[in-house]
Amino acid sequence: MSEPWEDDVEGPVKKFMFINRKSPYGTVYALESLEVVLITAAFDQDVSLVFSDDGVFQIKKGQKTDGIGMKNFSPTYRALEGYDVEKLYVDKESLDERGLTQEDLLVDVEILSRAELADLMDEQDVVLSF
Amino acid sequence: MPIEVNGKSLETDEEGYLANLNDWVPECATVMAALEDQELTESHWEVINFLREYYDEYQIAPAVRVLTKAIGKKLGKDKGNSKYLYELFPYGPGKQACKYAGLPKPTGCV
Repeated sequence: MSEPWEDDVEGPVKKFMFINRKSPYGTVYALESLEVVLITAAFDQDVSLVFSDDGVFQIKKGQKTDGIGMKNFSPTYRALEGYDVEKLYVDKESLDERGLTQEDLLVDVEILSRAELADLMDEQDVVLSF
Repeated sequence: MPIEVNGKSLETDEEGYLANLNDWVPECATVMAALEDQELTESHWEVINFLREYYDEYQIAPAVRVLTKAIGKKLGKDKGNSKYLYELFPYGPGKQACKYAGLPKPTGCV
């Protein structure tokens, strides 16, 4: 019998990519995606995140949600590093279209072109879009 | 079932987690621990306070693995291991310590 503090035997590791395309508030997609990402990471899977379209607003600095009565969950993106989720990608076109740069984002990301993102997508075992 | 803290009745969910995060005062931990026949030592408080700070910064309760690693970084290697944390919180450092700290159940905790 193994004790609860002993590490589980290593299971299979799949490559998961989560694509975030929607603005953080207004729908529950962004928060749900973040929860699934954290759970996937807690199970020691290989996780990458993509922020595209209005999804880039999810990691925009300086979010204030008092006015809409929702919890500002953007600080949680900074916890991803502690979960060993370090592969964060942003679609360059989406960022440009919204007049944003790396400076506006609250986590370190790699900014990629759509062609580069497509290549990355090809390497994944599972791709989930939110 | 609500818990009685400092003469006030605080609402909890069916597993004993505080319904409202802002209700938390340190006495909550003492009361919750007493309900589970636990006595809180300095070592318990170290973890509880750590969790409060973690939540304050990241707005989530960390998964056990993340908590263990982060405790190791902050409080030293002899404390940043599952065995030490399970001895303090036999029902699981994630679940039990987060409950005492007034946080929601950790994400990804099954």
